[in-house]
Amino acid sequence: MSVRRLADEAIQPKGFAFTAENLAWAKKKMAEYPAGRQQSAVIPILWKAQEQEGWVSRAVIETVAELLGMAYIRVLEVATFYTQFLLKPVGSRAHVQVCGTTPCMLRGAEDIRAVCERKISTEPFELNKDGTLSWEEVECLGACVNAPMVMIGNDTYEDLTAESFEALLDKFAAGKGKDVTPGPQVERHFGAPEGGQVVLLDKPTAKRTYTPFPPPAEAPAAPGGKPDAQKPSK
Amino acid sequence: MANIKVDGQLIDVPDYYTLMQAAEAAGAEIPRFCYHERLSVAGNCRMCLVEVKGGPPKPQASCAMSVKDLRPGPNGEPPEMFTNTPMVKKAREGVMEFLLINHPLDCPICDQGGECDLQDQAMAYGVDKNRYHENKRAVEDKHLGPLVKTAMNRCIHCTRCVRFTTEVAGISEMGLLGRGEDAEITSYLERALSSELQGNVIDLCPVGALTSKPYAFHARPWELSKTESIDVMDAVGSNIRVDARGREVMRILPRVNDAINEEWISDKTRFIWDGLKSQRLDRPYVRVNGKLKPASWDEAFGAIAKAVKASAGGNRLGAIAGDLAAVEDMFALKGLMRALGSGMTDCRPPMSGIDPSMPRAAYVFNPTIAGIEEADAILIIGANPRKEAAVLNARIRKAWRQKGTPIAVIGDKADLTYPVEYLGNGFDALTDLVEGKGKFADVLAKAQKPLIIVGEGAVSHGVALTKQIGRDTIALAAKLATGPAVAEGWTGYALLHNAAARVGGIDIGFVPGKGGVCSLDQLGLARKDELDVLFLLGADEYDLDYTGKTFIVYIGTHGDKGAHKADVILPGATYTEKSGTYVNTEGRVQMAERATFPPGDAKEDWAIFRALSAVLGVALPYDSLSQLRAKLYGEFPHLAALDQIAPAKLDDIRALAKAPIKTKIATYSSTVADFYLTNPIARASAVMGECAALSAGLKQAAE
Repeated sequence: MSVRRLADEAIQPKGFAFTAENLAWAKKKMAEYPAGRQQSAVIPILWKAQEQEGWVSRAVIETVAELLGMAYIRVLEVATFYTQFLLKPVGSRAHVQVCGTTPCMLRGAEDIRAVCERKISTEPFELNKDGTLSWEEVECLGACVNAPMVMIGNDTYEDLTAESFEALLDKFAAGKGKDVTPGPQVERHFGAPEGGQVVLLDKPTAKRTYTPFPPPAEAPAAPGGKPDAQKPSK
Repeated sequence: MANIKVDGQLIDVPDYYTLMQAAEAAGAEIPRFCYHERLSVAGNCRMCLVEVKGGPPKPQASCAMSVKDLRPGPNGEPPEMFTNTPMVKKAREGVMEFLLINHPLDCPICDQGGECDLQDQAMAYGVDKNRYHENKRAVEDKHLGPLVKTAMNRCIHCTRCVRFTTEVAGISEMGLLGRGEDAEITSYLERALSSELQGNVIDLCPVGALTSKPYAFHARPWELSKTESIDVMDAVGSNIRVDARGREVMRILPRVNDAINEEWISDKTRFIWDGLKSQRLDRPYVRVNGKLKPASWDEAFGAIAKAVKASAGGNRLGAIAGDLAAVEDMFALKGLMRALGSGMTDCRPPMSGIDPSMPRAAYVFNPTIAGIEEADAILIIGANPRKEAAVLNARIRKAWRQKGTPIAVIGDKADLTYPVEYLGNGFDALTDLVEGKGKFADVLAKAQKPLIIVGEGAVSHGVALTKQIGRDTIALAAKLATGPAVAEGWTGYALLHNAAARVGGIDIGFVPGKGGVCSLDQLGLARKDELDVLFLLGADEYDLDYTGKTFIVYIGTHGDKGAHKADVILPGATYTEKSGTYVNTEGRVQMAERATFPPGDAKEDWAIFRALSAVLGVALPYDSLSQLRAKLYGEFPHLAALDQIAPAKLDDIRALAKAPIKTKIATYSSTVADFYLTNPIARASAVMGECAALSAGLKQAAE
């Protein structure tokens, strides 16, 4: 992590406006909070703006602040606090977030990172030549079982090797990111073992039995009928 | 009330107290950086850790934990806190070690050195060795304008400055960006701060991150002689401490006075001191052949005596006192004028509706400044308190923050740092309110403690209009302040003056006496050559362009407008160079003390009049300041009651309200155009000039 500042004034766009759809979404989000507490919606609305623009520019901050009736500096504080808000333009086709936390690192995240440095740019947050790709290293994204992994957009790509990641990156660079199935890039279902189930292979044989508690009192044997308590409960 | 044991001592405190307040009530001192009594609690420095019994078994931040958060013991024993156990000491030493990891060891070149909280507390909790061998972090310095200098490496992120500017000053311009090690305090896009109270962040900063730019590297705190005094930049009478070295005033700091300025002062008060050294009149001057020539006191007095002797005397001699004159000076000048048989004295701004025949309650801020917090509705007429009395404006903002007091404004539309209902700028807006028209009229009618602030701009209408408007405004304001719902003992009529000299001058009757006319009419007479000699006691705020052949004697400190017109200049002493009484807008009598001596041949103003009176053959009956004060107190006993306020009588205000209203049309606006340039000292100050240029530039950018 490093000092987070707004991007250079030279690359700041002149203005920002929500699309009608996003604005309606933002208004709905604001209405979730009591009157006068609309500022609570700042994070989801900033996030929406980032989804729309790709990054958080000064114009975004000022627009969101005006929408929520906040001081500019308060929105800037939020945007610089959370590293998930990108303060610079990122790759138009993919911004790769490489997890570098311990489990991923042990399983080869450094190789993934090396691929990024080689194929995209030596420094994080720098665009490649075409402006289509960028990368950064992030902290744990919670898919440690399937380490190493990267996150692109809202999807994670797991169980990577340097080769499979490079192939994946090529597809994104070519604008065919949608062809890649998110999730594990090996034969496995989510976090289940690779190649199919390896434990609990026996078919369960135990049968469910029911013993009422407390045990029914010794009822005098009534002719022609059983006591109700011995019926299995439904 | 709640019981708590502090270091074994059982005390009884209100249950809303924090542990820190409880400890202070028990006399235990707790170190702190981020906590400040007048700001919200942040709890982020962790220096105030204490050990508690009846709460979580780990060190607790005493500023952020309340007494009622602690449980009593199993047998109902009161909860306990400890401020001096080994655990507490170890915890605070740990916090201090962390703070010092990234704090540069540049105390020898730091302006805060010698009055630094971190330095002081490191003496108690710091360790002499450093276990951190990595590089310290480096932070870029930020630009915050011409007053506040930054050295952000030293910042410990207490966020006091952020909370002050947001909460008290009312400008959301500062913030803490980033997080963790990379956190930085800055203003939005590093723009200069726009507050009139921004200098206070220098005092609030517990380290040397924010220091005074004009004072940078000028002096060390232990070299300065400290004089407790009173500010005269506005009529609030903020309590200040003047720090001087030798003959120079090096800086001005606030003193705590909860009744007036709490512990804030405006930037004009704080940074005016360079104006005390430039453009000074340090010797008498006499105009010879149209040019001012340096002269001796004898020559200057001789020239005045010649002019007075040549005059028919009596009411052909006039005197006007300016904004910064002390009561003693005006008393001596008034004595001199009366001895010469003249009733031509005035200290009011042009066309002031304040009539000397009115009771004192008509021209003071009756509810008191502290009383602003009690008000339940505030109406501001013809004033911009942010510019006219910045510290008082902070008090209004405080009231609004605490209680959401409804506030309405008649006059200039301006950003006062709190939301107001704007009712227009005309006389009709006021009459509508009195007639009960409009939403705010209902609020006022129901208010038990209405506060009607009448600005100087509402009672004095310059050259163009008449005094009747001012009088009618006073009457209508008095009517609004004495509605039927008003609570017992509340006098809501408040006149907000702009000049420190005003109330004192009216108090001692420095107003037209027998045959005398007001300040504007005196200048009118001068224009028609019906006035022979005009004494100007630091009177620079009047239109002096057309004074005809009148012989003008200027007694003042700075080469300002009055001095340019003068035929004789007698150099006087500024408020830091004499002991003088000032009555603030509340009617509170306070005494400013001498911190340095006047430059060159300049003398204290009362002594000038005493000496001049002897030359003119009408020697005043006192030879020392104490004799003068004895006479003054004999004549006006209330001036002897320092720092006290006699409560106003509501009946006086009721009587004012009965005056007939004659005005039909008038507009209200503030008389202060530029906050930074309201008096001769400020106009001589380079720092104030820079601030004025900047604020004008900001305004242009915004428009």
